[in-house]
Amino acid sequence: MKKKSSLFKVFSINVVWLWLGVFALIPITLTFVTSFFTQDTNNLVKFTFTLNNYLELFNHGYISILLQSITLSGSCTIICLIIGYPFAFTIARSQGKHRSLLLLFVIIPFWTSSLIRTYAIMAILKAKGILNAVLLAAGIIDQPLQILYSHTAVLIGCVYDLLPFMILPLYANIEKLNQEYLEAAQDLGANWFTTFVKVVIPLTMPGIIAGSVLVFLPSMTMFYIPVLLGGAKNLLVGNLVEHQFLTANNWPLGTAISVVISILMGAFILIYWYNSKEKDRENLA
Amino acid sequence: MNKFSKYFYTTCVYIFLYLPIAIVIVFSFNNAKHSLVWQGFTFKWYASLFHDSALLNIAWHSLVLGIIAASIATIIGTLTAVALFRYRFFGKKILHALIFILILTPEIVMAISLLLLYSFLKIPLGFWTLLLAHTALCVPFVTVTVYSRITTLDTAIFEAAMDLGATDFTIFHKIIIPLLLPAIASGWLLSFTLSLDDVIISYFVSGPDFNILPLKIYSMVRLGVKPEVNALCTLMLIFTLFAVITSYQSIFKKKTP
Repeated sequence: MKKKSSLFKVFSINVVWLWLGVFALIPITLTFVTSFFTQDTNNLVKFTFTLNNYLELFNHGYISILLQSITLSGSCTIICLIIGYPFAFTIARSQGKHRSLLLLFVIIPFWTSSLIRTYAIMAILKAKGILNAVLLAAGIIDQPLQILYSHTAVLIGCVYDLLPFMILPLYANIEKLNQEYLEAAQDLGANWFTTFVKVVIPLTMPGIIAGSVLVFLPSMTMFYIPVLLGGAKNLLVGNLVEHQFLTANNWPLGTAISVVISILMGAFILIYWYNSKEKDRENLA
Repeated sequence: MNKFSKYFYTTCVYIFLYLPIAIVIVFSFNNAKHSLVWQGFTFKWYASLFHDSALLNIAWHSLVLGIIAASIATIIGTLTAVALFRYRFFGKKILHALIFILILTPEIVMAISLLLLYSFLKIPLGFWTLLLAHTALCVPFVTVTVYSRITTLDTAIFEAAMDLGATDFTIFHKIIIPLLLPAIASGWLLSFTLSLDDVIISYFVSGPDFNILPLKIYSMVRLGVKPEVNALCTLMLIFTLFAVITSYQSIFKKKTP
């Protein structure tokens, strides 16, 4: 005899399907479909099939903006990894009672508004800002540095904003690292460097990959960091999408860029997925 | 690495993480409009904020929006987590994957997909579009928070309850909700802070009639660094910190009985 489903079960499954259907599946489908339509000045979108939006991406120097974004995100990821790895290693190996407190202090900026933190960076880097004041007073420089509104400023902003995303997964992995493996490697004659390269790095690889994905993905599309710290001249893919949607009113082109971003992201998420265990993914969120 | 260089290095990273925030907070109390030099302690930037009725109105909008969006997201997110954990149904695997995809999706991609949905359904941009967008942003985060707790529950409890004749709904509100309350509460607070801080999605789906705090801060920041912005940002930071620390504690207390 088949058991009748309870009302609550039917209700909750329907709510879940309805919500994710309307606010996830349909919007995703709409984005995909729109990228194959034509721009229309009156109704935004004309329902004629075209591949021009994608072809246009190759024609109009958009590729260079995409490459610029990838370069920036790549450098940001590498810098975060270089700063974050020794840091995560140190706090993961510190005494138990301090450890959770040290970790909490990494999480706090992680949850505060990234806009406000970007603004704080702006206050430091501007011509009459703190950094210049300190450097001038110390006699290191004679003239104020023009860091704000440059590529470097965008990079500093991205690193500052995303560093916790790198530290947290690294920490989770390093914490689980078995101390005995390190001792075993040293007993067998490996020096500090060999132990690190041959034992520590391979064992913490899932954390390195998770952290890199979590830094790389958002840095590609951060759209107010380039606006605030880079001025108008350092535009990235996120700004391109914004421009097509809100200024140029070319929605089909905007969605085509968005689809390209999503495909890139999808590739990275897949790499991440196959390199992480379910437990890690849950800890992350 | 020796002990000293370890301490030095970690301290430097913490300074890097906190110095900018500290500077904003300190200068919100500085009695000078443009100067970097400390000119004495003042509350006048806060006072001018509290006399700005337009700004207070916007702050109120954000608060209302955050509370409602977080509440709806918590209900839907919790139901999703429970359904994914307890039931087998059509497309379960797809939905489960979708939740993770949504968390990792760049906000700008989510923003334009929602904008397309609204324009397709011809919903005018304003309070409702913002509310639905913020809820959509928060649901996956609530689901993941609640789901990671629900997997730690002993399923024998549900079997025992069913043997004793409890319906699914009774199990839900007498067992699941009380046991998961810390996770549900932290899901709510997380959603609330997400809604309060969200710039990108709001930027795309807000209308002229309903402005909210993150967008207001964004437009103020774009015009340059002003002392009032320091004060406003300080208040926002304190508010978020309070929410985060409360939610962090509620999770921590439960993990160490």
